[in-house]
Amino acid sequence: MTTASPNNHSFPDNSVGIVVPQTFVINEPLDLVCGATLPNYQLVYETYGALNSDASNAVLICHALSGDHHAAGYHSTTDATPGWWDHYIGPNKAIDTNRFFVVGVNNIGSCRGSTGPASINPDTQQAYGPDFPMVTCRDWVVTQAKLADMLGISQWAAIVGGSLGGMQVQQWAIDLPHRLRHAVIIASAPKLSAQNIAFNEVARQAIMKDPDFHGGRFLAHDTLPKQGLMLARMLGHLTYLSDDLMGSKFGRELRTGSLKYNYEVEFQVESYLRYQGEKFATKMNFDANAYLLMTKALDYFDPASEHGDDLVAALSHIQAESLVVSFTSDWRFSPARSLEITRALVQAGKRVTYTEVESEHGHDAFLLPNSYYEQLFSAYMNRIAAEFSA
Amino acid sequence: MKAHHLKAEFDLLLDWIPQGARVLDLGCGNGELLAYLNTHKRVKGVGLEMDALAIVGSINNGVDVIQADLNSSNLVELFGENAFDVVLTTQTVQAMQRPDQLIDSMITVGKRAIVTFPNFGYWRNRLQMIFEGKMPVSEALPHQWYDTPNTHLCTFSDFEQLCTDKNISIIEQRVLGKELGFVAQLVPNLFGEVALYHIEKGFGG
Repeated sequence: MTTASPNNHSFPDNSVGIVVPQTFVINEPLDLVCGATLPNYQLVYETYGALNSDASNAVLICHALSGDHHAAGYHSTTDATPGWWDHYIGPNKAIDTNRFFVVGVNNIGSCRGSTGPASINPDTQQAYGPDFPMVTCRDWVVTQAKLADMLGISQWAAIVGGSLGGMQVQQWAIDLPHRLRHAVIIASAPKLSAQNIAFNEVARQAIMKDPDFHGGRFLAHDTLPKQGLMLARMLGHLTYLSDDLMGSKFGRELRTGSLKYNYEVEFQVESYLRYQGEKFATKMNFDANAYLLMTKALDYFDPASEHGDDLVAALSHIQAESLVVSFTSDWRFSPARSLEITRALVQAGKRVTYTEVESEHGHDAFLLPNSYYEQLFSAYMNRIAAEFSA
Repeated sequence: MKAHHLKAEFDLLLDWIPQGARVLDLGCGNGELLAYLNTHKRVKGVGLEMDALAIVGSINNGVDVIQADLNSSNLVELFGENAFDVVLTTQTVQAMQRPDQLIDSMITVGKRAIVTFPNFGYWRNRLQMIFEGKMPVSEALPHQWYDTPNTHLCTFSDFEQLCTDKNISIIEQRVLGKELGFVAQLVPNLFGEVALYHIEKGFGG
């Protein structure tokens, strides 16, 4: 089951090394919150470290909008970049794989191997495309609990996630309170604001208005809505950065010493954004339908709505202790939103630790190296580890 | 900001904490007090602290902590009324922008409060002022005038006057000092170096 080989010479000592994604096929129907049913589905996942004898050291990693199961390590010796959270997962890192058994899983509706819009619909033998049903955080919790069952994990030591991943952590704690001891909620929110939904809607319109989108059936037309996906990513990307960071990184620096008075790339920031958008739409080959679904899952998340908009009531049955982390320059999921979660947890009588990490990196900060973030994250994970090794 | 007396203060206030109480410690530092209260009284504690490294210290001590600036935090909005059995602040109130407002919110979010602070009216401090013409520097007040965080130093009498003005009941006062215990207790405003006040909302006010 352990898929990491920590002693690979071509990787740093504190890397989990080469990892091999696994596939878990669930041959039973899944009733989704939206009312639709998937006849069957599969989950692609990775694990790092070893599950201990009483299965008390398992940590689930929930990914964000465009993330996946590949949270740490490398897929081959020629792999240039490690998993998306490699800085925080590995031997002697914050989530220490010498002590924890870590599971990364790709959400259904995404496009990295778990069942999603690019998968074949068994009813039609065609790709689902735009027919793939809407998925929500609640559906993800159901599917991830199946994975936990299969792995023999009745209770996670911790479930950890940033951004949309942090919403899944909250959903887990609410829906299956007995199945996790700690909820680590990073750069997240109890629900999206109107502004956040608006950003998502612009991203969706960019994709859906691309002439190559073909109502979501672009694969049947042998094409991809690259322009739309690129625009969506450019918009998303700039909301993940802070004004200060863009100022210090690019300022008004010109690409070629002088203004040209045309619509070519003139400012460095334009060049950067176009590069990020193109990389996402082409090299990373992110499925446009999956991007749409992920943004909708973000929009739908609102656990308090089922409790008369009372977040305290929504959190009143959770059993996990929580760590809530925000970043000072994150305006997409601002510290005020994390404080809402914290305040509700406190008022619901739950154990919670909250901290606001000083960073200029905006929403992206939760993925990046930061000395204080590492220290507090490690300290909290140590506390969790002390509970099962004591 | 916090001086040497902490351990002695912890011992002195311990019997003001009910077993299993919900306790909020404002300016909890590394969480030593809450860890101590947890050991001795099995409290359900949470601390407020601004300093990042102290947050890590609190986590290491197994103490729940919320990072917040006491000067700008709205405790009532954060916790609600009567959310705690006891709200504490040790050696912090004198460094607040508005100690009076902090004390107000303490007895709103908590049923009772414990406030400890150094006595500016301690006789050695008075002597330094009178004979040396200098701001007092001592074990309890270790800072120089230019770098002290203690912008609102007061005497025990000042604090008690504030309580009277605000209709706050003083349940009990205890005093720490180098001088003989009973002498300090007789004239605390002169011989007490550090005071611990156990207070609650006054009645009928």
